Amino acid sequence: MNEFFNEITVLSVVSLSALGGVAAIVLFVVAQKFKVIEDPRIDEVEELLPGANCGGCGLAGCRALAEAIVKAESLEGFSCPPGGNEVMQDIAKAMGWEAGESTPMIAVLRCHGTRELAPPKVKFEGVMTCAFAHSLFAGEGGCPFGCLGCGDCVEACNFDAMYMDKDTGLPVILDDKCVACEACVKECPRNIIEMRKKGKKNRRIFVSCINEEKGGVARKNCKVACIGCGKCVKECKFDAITLENNLAYIDHEKCTLCRKCPPVCPTSAIHELNFPPRKKKAEKEAEASN
Amino acid sequence: MGGVHPPENKLAEKQSIERLDPPKTVAIPLSQHLGVPAQPVVTRGDVVKTGQLIAKGEAFISAHIHSSVSGKVKKVDAVIDASGYRKKAIIIDVEGDEWADGIDRDESLLKDFSLDPKEIMEKVHAAGVVGLGGATFPSHVKLNVPKGKTAEYLIINGVECEPCLTADHRLMLEKGEEIMVGIQLQMKALGVEKAIIGVENNKPDALSHLTRLANDYTGVSVQALEVKYPQGAEKQLIKALVNREVPAGKLPIEVGCVVHNVGTALAVYEAVQKNKPLIERVVTVSGSSVKKPSNFMVRIGTPVSELIEAAGGVPDDTGKVVNGGPMMGKALSDLSVPVTKGTSGILLFTKKETPRPAEQNCIRCARCVTICPMGLEPYLLAPLADKQRLEECEDERIMDCMECGSCLYICPSAKPLLDHIRVGKANVGKMIRERSA
Repeated sequence: MNEFFNEITVLSVVSLSALGGVAAIVLFVVAQKFKVIEDPRIDEVEELLPGANCGGCGLAGCRALAEAIVKAESLEGFSCPPGGNEVMQDIAKAMGWEAGESTPMIAVLRCHGTRELAPPKVKFEGVMTCAFAHSLFAGEGGCPFGCLGCGDCVEACNFDAMYMDKDTGLPVILDDKCVACEACVKECPRNIIEMRKKGKKNRRIFVSCINEEKGGVARKNCKVACIGCGKCVKECKFDAITLENNLAYIDHEKCTLCRKCPPVCPTSAIHELNFPPRKKKAEKEAEASN
Repeated sequence: MGGVHPPENKLAEKQSIERLDPPKTVAIPLSQHLGVPAQPVVTRGDVVKTGQLIAKGEAFISAHIHSSVSGKVKKVDAVIDASGYRKKAIIIDVEGDEWADGIDRDESLLKDFSLDPKEIMEKVHAAGVVGLGGATFPSHVKLNVPKGKTAEYLIINGVECEPCLTADHRLMLEKGEEIMVGIQLQMKALGVEKAIIGVENNKPDALSHLTRLANDYTGVSVQALEVKYPQGAEKQLIKALVNREVPAGKLPIEVGCVVHNVGTALAVYEAVQKNKPLIERVVTVSGSSVKKPSNFMVRIGTPVSELIEAAGGVPDDTGKVVNGGPMMGKALSDLSVPVTKGTSGILLFTKKETPRPAEQNCIRCARCVTICPMGLEPYLLAPLADKQRLEECEDERIMDCMECGSCLYICPSAKPLLDHIRVGKANVGKMIRERSA
């Protein structure tokens, strides 16, 4: 018995307990003294955000957005592109505020210079990044405005919403996955990707070209380049199309998706997405006579 | 410090300079020099003479541009230049070869040192002379020593360390006297007593020729240099000749030196003694694929394709056409590109030589560190630049890189070190500008 309760055993138990007690008191005092009082609502808002830390809101991440929202005590001026309206509504509900509507946006690639339509004339060797290729030359197809096809935008996408189409050499944006965080827009050295209104039923009409060269020069490199002929401008009844620097641009705020401009474009530079197939003229007439 | 020894391949070194006739049309780019592009002073339909001023470079760092042919201005339009992009150029349809008044076309040597420094500088400015070594920095700016600084040495770059190129070598042999007079004029403009011509050991004929000529000119000496690349880079040359180090981010004038190329010395001679503006230059057409390696004296604005035609045309096995030397030059994407003031060579390489080997992992052999002439660590800079870690790039002195390509040449894993560093340099430069703005 004595072996277990000898002096050393007792001494160590007592001294360690005392040490623990002192440490606990010190820790308690320090914790009280340096307590950080954080608004519990920040955690609440952060919970509701998607947590992708994509930076699409313009802030460092979801936590930063939550802090900014709580600090401002309102949702005005803040948006979460991946979360969209739903998340903002949820936050508003949780905080007891009112949330305004924001229009859903989507990334749109404004170049259609595929390998077939803008055939490569030279072969690019070296680091396959758009940033490097852009600093070197106009591109394999020769268009100084066109997509370089090295996929910096795909690298930048945090949502798996883009991939490189091996056949066309152009990136593809997936409608259902793009959250409009603008990461690809910022990455593209040629500013080919634009944020446009998602449109009803994902329907969009846009000029898929940003080439500002004269028609003949642009057409030499790419069969589907906008040549700045202005036919679409005349066709549009809503003043949605403007022509500047040999390039037509469709204002997505004014466009009513009437589908009148794509057929008049001589180079098929105007694209329409997610529309039902057009009826042929004969079918239309038959329908009218019925 | 550092340096590599690529095979010299100076195929055209025995070919004397051949004068090419003006082509049918020339495209003279408005931006052939470092700095602000020149503004055209002619319009469509104007008739111009050879040597007539057609674009003015009024900004502090800019240069005048003269017509290299006589004829009618077809248009001022964008043409593809060596950058791979379309840039504004004056396109002239050639008619005859009528020279502007006041230009002395006599080949005899003139030695007139009566002009004062300011007059020399003004003549150089008026003639649109730029550095012909490749960087195309306006020469009159270099001849104007900034206040508070003094020039001690004029250093003349006759190194031509790039493999294949022989334009400067031929110039030294054939226009040695003119170069000497040009050097004397530059010395007078700068107010220096000493000029040193640096020539690599692989050009013994040029060395002995210039040494003999230098005896007649006070203050001019010729110095042989070890053969290595990049011996002809400004900072390396100053270190080798006068053993002074130019501080990072500073100009040679900081250590009392001004560096000019031998071609520039000749252009200064012609500008001052003959009133002849810079409208032609020597271009080496060489490379393993070319049929007849040559050195041509061509008018600025001549399409590169004409030069290749004169050297025997483009052989079927040509894989790449490079503008400039094989180390620092850039592949051309179009052969209609015009010769500019900075075009030192057009090189054709075979399909077998040109493809880059497959990239492999870095084996930490540190060869790139050993050979970097600026004492940088390319193996480290490349991934940092690739990952956009710009502050770290700046700390590792990425801006000191002169893009000589030695690291890319030596790397046993064929890593595209310089490609990444170039993008990184551009990004860091942008970051620094934004910070100071």
